[in-house]
Amino acid sequence: MAIQNKAAANKNLDSIRKTIANHKRHDFIFASLGTLVIASLTITLLILFLDLVIDGYPRFNLDFFSNFPSRRAARAGILSAWIGSSLVLLVTFFVAVPLGITSGVYLEEYAKKNWFSDLIEINVSNLAGVPSIIYGLLALGLFVYSFGLGQSILTAGLTLALLMLPIVIVSTREAIRAIPVHIREAAYAVGATKWQVCHNHVIPYSYGGILTGVIIGMARAIGETAPVITIGALTFIAFLPPSPIGLEPPFINFEWLESGFTVLPIQMFNWISRPQLAFHINAAATGAVIIMLTLLMNGLAIKLRYNIRKKIKW
Amino acid sequence: MVKKHNEIIKAESKDLSFFYADKTQALKKVSLPVYENKITALIGPSGCGKSTFLRCFNRMHDLYAGNRYDGKIILQPDNTDILLENVDPIEVRMRISMVFQKPNPFPKSIYENVAYGLRVRGESNKRTLDEKVEEALKGASLWSEVKDRLQDLAFNLSGGQQQRLCIARALATEPEIMLFDEPTSALDPIATMNIEELMSELKQKLSILIVTHNMQQAARISDYTAYMYLGELVEFDGTNQIFTNPSKKETEDYITGKFG
Amino acid sequence: MNPENDLIISQRLAKNFQRNFRERLIEFGLLCSGLIAIFITLAIVYVLVSEAIPFFQYVSIIDFLTDTVWTPNYSIKHYGILPLISGTLTTTGIALIVAVPLGTITAIYLSEFASHKVREIIKPILELLVGVPTVVFGYFALMLVTPMLQKIYPDLTTFNMLGPGIVMGIMIVPYIASVAEDSMRAVPMSMREGAYAMGATRFQTAIRVITPAAISGIVAAYILAISRAVGETMIVAIAAGQQPNFTFNPVESAATITSYIVSVALGDLEHGGIGYQSIFAAGLTLLIMTLLINILGHAVRKKYAERY
Repeated sequence: MAIQNKAAANKNLDSIRKTIANHKRHDFIFASLGTLVIASLTITLLILFLDLVIDGYPRFNLDFFSNFPSRRAARAGILSAWIGSSLVLLVTFFVAVPLGITSGVYLEEYAKKNWFSDLIEINVSNLAGVPSIIYGLLALGLFVYSFGLGQSILTAGLTLALLMLPIVIVSTREAIRAIPVHIREAAYAVGATKWQVCHNHVIPYSYGGILTGVIIGMARAIGETAPVITIGALTFIAFLPPSPIGLEPPFINFEWLESGFTVLPIQMFNWISRPQLAFHINAAATGAVIIMLTLLMNGLAIKLRYNIRKKIKW
Repeated sequence: MVKKHNEIIKAESKDLSFFYADKTQALKKVSLPVYENKITALIGPSGCGKSTFLRCFNRMHDLYAGNRYDGKIILQPDNTDILLENVDPIEVRMRISMVFQKPNPFPKSIYENVAYGLRVRGESNKRTLDEKVEEALKGASLWSEVKDRLQDLAFNLSGGQQQRLCIARALATEPEIMLFDEPTSALDPIATMNIEELMSELKQKLSILIVTHNMQQAARISDYTAYMYLGELVEFDGTNQIFTNPSKKETEDYITGKFG
Repeated sequence: MNPENDLIISQRLAKNFQRNFRERLIEFGLLCSGLIAIFITLAIVYVLVSEAIPFFQYVSIIDFLTDTVWTPNYSIKHYGILPLISGTLTTTGIALIVAVPLGTITAIYLSEFASHKVREIIKPILELLVGVPTVVFGYFALMLVTPMLQKIYPDLTTFNMLGPGIVMGIMIVPYIASVAEDSMRAVPMSMREGAYAMGATRFQTAIRVITPAAISGIVAAYILAISRAVGETMIVAIAAGQQPNFTFNPVESAATITSYIVSVALGDLEHGGIGYQSIFAAGLTLLIMTLLINILGHAVRKKYAERY
């Protein structure tokens, strides 16, 4: 009897052990699956990058950066595109950064919490979800035709600034929220006004977080193609905009703002759209330049955010 | 009723009530004098409203929407109710400064921390700033420790030094009253002793109102003590009187540890 | 003491007019830039609607919504949005088939299986993937993915919806992964402990406890992904062929709403012409679609916010 019981118990125990082993196998299978998925995503990113670098390799020389686009693929370069991208981003930076920071400061430090601030809040988050091509249509209708700015660097810069704005606003607000209340109170307690608190404390201390958002926004602006195409940016530009810096007083001029232009992603798109394979090499080389710039900037932003998180010790 | 003492009144709350935005009443008709060149301590169990009371004196509650004061705080020699709508809270804070529970220096240099109060007043003369910063740091007995590293980040100081830096920051603008909100609760015993000594020196120049959790501290440093409970002032008298012969049963219970 | 004295404010405590004026001025300036978001929204709606109105005076809304041919730039003009919508839905569908399983697995893995250290390495990689410009993804679809697919399925044309759809799926994996992971990590630790205490394995806890608890957050992540895919432009413009084609067959070439706008913008636009207006009508359709999707997402997320 006792022996029988023991055998039954053993049998029972065996089946439990089996179930546990089964379940453990599920754990293992899923963990492997997850690792596999993540590994393949990483590899995809790597392939993407290497594919562009390998395909574009024949074009990696100084001429590629100092030549205008040309009908002959081997002689075509991205001079007008990288200068155009730089100038457009300059406009974007000087519009989006001040507007985004002041907007974020207003929403965090000044706006009273009521239906109106809720309305602004909903607007900001919705704008972040609007497809970028819609911004292109907005710019086409508003900047190009209503304001008569034409298909200029200024128009493109403003368009990308609108796209970047929600990113700057959100990162500014997050950075401001991380500043503890007692730092603000310390400043108020010695008689600072609200603006002095913002200007001397809140903004400087959220500098790192804002910078992270600005870099991510700029990286996105570099690669943005659809809205810039939509405003009707020309794709064959074999000239440079007037130089922003002159040799004669007043040294700085703003004629370049009204100039036609092309940017790196449009140049790349233009070359992909050609049937000749030789141009695809140019496209790959341009893509490699763009992706290197964006990976570098995003990497910098990630590093920066990591450092801030580690450094803060309020 | 508050007993009359033979002192000069520097500021005085009259029937001061206070309501937070969620309508909770944190103070109920508190009338309490702050005497010139004396240390007045506020004691009571947590949540009794002593910090809320303290923060009325520099209108700190104005920073948050929906808070409401009722009653008066008369500041002398102006004989003005500083809670009036037309009184500028910034002017009030320039004359009544505050030291907080946790040391809260700005993430700036030691020098800039002390100079900040002067800078917001528009002082930009380097010579004047240097003089006043030195004076304030000496006043907070921190000068000898930091005089060679004024440009160092304030966060690099020890907790006790940081709190003395905050005192120097509050002193630099030559306030008439200083509010201390449990200034030593985050500090070790030696740093606490330093701050207590410092407060006794400071009262030669100004009036002090201090909130403390620590009854021994109130007994050691204050000239007058107020016991608060549930937003009401239970008893106010000379510190000696309160700790040796309180007139209210509740005060005695709290002092002797029967309660709280 | 004379009580009336209390009402007199000493000069030293009175409001500093100059300082207060300056503060108000600054606040007004900040308010103006705070309102920028509302201005932009209004401007988007105004521009799209005001350009679409003349279009809809010319083309009836019923034709617009039911005609299955879209040829505004040919001599025989048809203005049926359906081919563009079919293209948009097909590419989005393919993208979701790729991204939903991959994104969900990544989210569960990161939230329930990966150690803190692994997470610290993987999340930045996902962020880098988000940062890749879409024009580069387009190149990837056309030059690498489609040729690979052609090896498996030789009849596949150079321009098709399958390749760009798959690449779009890879592009939106990080969005799903990060939003879904956030909602899973928001599930209280006590629920996990409860499951483990009953002898559940990690996998059982993740599937039977965490996923159902975080389901609305996960659904919100899918909705965000749909909204991204619907609005994505360059991948399809490069690799799907820009040919309006009323089909749901992934191996055929097609145009989406977005790629149509791009293809018109690339040509010579006659300002005020019907072709010009047609891209605003298409844009308005796209905006309404994404708006509806976003509203749905908000609703789901709101429900999820009430859970804990």
